[in-house]
Amino acid sequence: MMPHVLMRSLDRSATLFLIVVAAVGVLVPLSNLLLPAGSVFQVPTYLVALFGKYVCYAILALSIDLIWGYCGILSLGHGAFFALGGYAMGMYLMRQIGSRGVYGNPLLPDFMVFLNYPELPWYWYGFDMFWFAALMVILVPGLLAFCFGWLAFRSRVTGVYLSIITQAMTYALLLGFFRNDFGFGGNNGLTDFKDILGFNVQADGTRAALFALSCLALFVGFLICRAVVTSKLGKVLIAVRDAESRTRFLGYRVESYKLFVFTLSACMAGVAGALYVPQVGIINPGEFAPGNSIEAVIWVAVGGRGTLIGAALGAIVVNYAKTVFTSGPLAPYWLFMLGALFILVTLLLPKGIVGTFNSWWEPWKAQGISANLASAAREHGVSEPDMAE
Amino acid sequence: MLTNFFRNLRALPFAILLIFATALPVLAGPFEDAVAKFANDEFSDTEEAIGVLATGGNSLAYAIISALQDGRLMADPDTKKVYVTQPDGKAIDAATGAPVASIPDSATAVRLNNRLRRAVEAALGGLTLLSPDPAKRIQAAQSVFKTHDETMLPVIDGALQKETNKGAKLAFTEARAAILLFKPDATDAEKLEAIATIKARGDQEALALLTGLTGDQPPAIARAAANATSAIQSNLALWSTVQNAWYGLSLGSVLLLAAIGLAITFGVMGVINMAHGEMVMIGAYVTFMVQEIIRTSYPGLFDYSLLMAVPLAFIVAGAIGILIERSIIRFLYGRPLETLLATWGLSLVLQQAVRTMFGPTNREVGSPSWMSGAFEIGQITITYNRLWILCFTLAVFAILLAMLRFTSLGLEMRAVTQNRRMAASMGIATSRVDALTFGLGSGIAGIAGVALSQIDNVSPNLGQSYIIDSFMVVVFGGVGNLWGTLVGAFTLGIANKFLEPVAGAVLGKIAILVLIILFIQKRPRGLFALKGRAVEA
Repeated sequence: MMPHVLMRSLDRSATLFLIVVAAVGVLVPLSNLLLPAGSVFQVPTYLVALFGKYVCYAILALSIDLIWGYCGILSLGHGAFFALGGYAMGMYLMRQIGSRGVYGNPLLPDFMVFLNYPELPWYWYGFDMFWFAALMVILVPGLLAFCFGWLAFRSRVTGVYLSIITQAMTYALLLGFFRNDFGFGGNNGLTDFKDILGFNVQADGTRAALFALSCLALFVGFLICRAVVTSKLGKVLIAVRDAESRTRFLGYRVESYKLFVFTLSACMAGVAGALYVPQVGIINPGEFAPGNSIEAVIWVAVGGRGTLIGAALGAIVVNYAKTVFTSGPLAPYWLFMLGALFILVTLLLPKGIVGTFNSWWEPWKAQGISANLASAAREHGVSEPDMAE
Repeated sequence: MLTNFFRNLRALPFAILLIFATALPVLAGPFEDAVAKFANDEFSDTEEAIGVLATGGNSLAYAIISALQDGRLMADPDTKKVYVTQPDGKAIDAATGAPVASIPDSATAVRLNNRLRRAVEAALGGLTLLSPDPAKRIQAAQSVFKTHDETMLPVIDGALQKETNKGAKLAFTEARAAILLFKPDATDAEKLEAIATIKARGDQEALALLTGLTGDQPPAIARAAANATSAIQSNLALWSTVQNAWYGLSLGSVLLLAAIGLAITFGVMGVINMAHGEMVMIGAYVTFMVQEIIRTSYPGLFDYSLLMAVPLAFIVAGAIGILIERSIIRFLYGRPLETLLATWGLSLVLQQAVRTMFGPTNREVGSPSWMSGAFEIGQITITYNRLWILCFTLAVFAILLAMLRFTSLGLEMRAVTQNRRMAASMGIATSRVDALTFGLGSGIAGIAGVALSQIDNVSPNLGQSYIIDSFMVVVFGGVGNLWGTLVGAFTLGIANKFLEPVAGAVLGKIAILVLIILFIQKRPRGLFALKGRAVEA
């Protein structure tokens, strides 16, 4: 039995999106594993890993859209939560290497042997167990977001101030994780993973399974986001976005709503990072770079903020373009294009692809189907964020 | 080859004449015998010769031994003549000091081994104490101070009596004190006096000397040494505080310079300009271009290159700023988060444009002569470029403040900041003021780039390293208040430098960032918050 809340949260486009995600999540791994290599319909393993990466980015974009599109919190430090989730997973994968490392130490990862650590630091305990690592993937970013948000929202740090201090947060973490004595591998990060839950991370089957898991995470993450934004809670969030002071005067505890959605979003970003690491095979402090977090925000802006589907699409489209352009002869011009994308999207396409499409399509839809009026109005309200602070 | 030969041929008669003229009056003495030993090119003979020269007191000894050290001492095994090639290429006869037109081809450089090198260094140390150059004498006395070699005492005593230079005299006195302190047969009174002299010197080396004193001293001396040690330590602690404060001021001036333009665009206009760092970078590249042109066309004007770069950087960065405001930012007023994203994109474009034009590597920007070098105050060293940057920053700040206060543009800017609609109603062209304000902020960032090119690498990433710090300064100091930016920059700079010795450079920076994040919780509008209606606008 599907819970009532979830049923109510799905309109036609959301259902379509979920069907597509589910279909891709099932068909791509199956085609990779079952069809003979060289067949037209066989997806090569490298593409499975690449698409898996995009799906993780899509989850990150979804988490940013949840707070930016629906609550007006522009976090320029969401890459930090993503990277923290990634590090938690990376620590599990490091512990799984065991004595197969270059130095063959059964307890200490290679970099610790190299840096003369006498013993395992206390914060590495427990990461040999998958359930513990999985818990940390959600808890660590969640806890950081909770503490950060509790401090920030309670003292009513809003708008650009919040954006700038989230950027400072990820910058501080970047500096910290670059240090060798921080205990996370310094600037080399964590890499050279061998296996996950006993399966070789390089194997085709594992990669296909990770891809399917990423799609599942996107599926579940999307459902959670839809459930949140279509609930009463979601209405309050939109009210906070559009007129924070008024919402407060109406008696809502604005900071609690913000704190909840910010923490939820950080947990989602952490999960995205955890799925990302085994698929790309490395996590290093570069993931904390402020530039990465801003880039993630532009995926959402391109796809259309406040639409959820747009955020996921934007992440996939922009990253696909990045892969195509940076590997071709146009590589030196990619940063020009990315920069131009930032400028043009904010100037000419403030609603993003999906938002623009919706506002263009909705008059037609409203004419035809009166039954969908309520849902269309909701879509309309959602897709027209008012940025006035 | 051929021209060389002819030149030699032409010089030959003179050389022959010279050799005859100078060779005649020479009477063989211990000095001349010793010099001749170099010609054998045997290690044992060379060592003997060094010993004789070091103690002989001949005025040529220093030149010969330093030539030996640098491989410029040439010996002819056939004629037993020894020559010194001077650093300027001219040669002299080692035994007489008479100039020689050319060294015979059969002459080879006198060889050294490690044992001899040590002997050469020791001999030079003693000989430089008598060098005619006071700076060299002081340097030699300093090295004696460190080694407190007992055998140097007679030389030092002799030198001290002849010494007229004040600095050198002090250095000799200190070196003598160091020797006496460690001399086993010195009297207690001499040792106490020595401790007082060393205490008066009061630096790290004096401390090292006193702590190196063995435990078996008479109680009076041990007590005096302990007192002197603690006095020096507290003195050094004081100086290190002063040093940290100076470093802090210096860092603060850099932060202020980078943030001051941002204080205009972000603080006064409320525009989040993430491309601010790139304006700084453009200023630095303008400096590079100016210096390139001067280097290739007018090398004599190099010392003025920075003075020329300042107005140019202001104009270039300011013009780009106005262009940006007119083409992008004016469409985004009232949407600060979008402005942030668009200007971030702009910063990517500008960086990549510079990378395409000038290449991704660091470009070399030179320092004019008046900015290089350093001077000492007490125990700290102050470099001129840091001092100039501090003065320059304060000057820019003062000019900006005066501009806002006394010019009509400043008046209009303040009016638009405080109440845009009212200003427009009073006939102020607000969009023109916006463009000019943004241009002013960008131009000041360009000026900052000129100064920062002196202490940082000029690369396309130059701006990136300042953008977060600049925002921190502006947010910490309070938006819309230039004085807040000044106080914020110096507070952060000094706090950073005092945390650094305790926590290390990176952890210190992290601590500062965390402290700012916590500070913003407490005072969301910074140290000096604007009051009144402007706050909620």
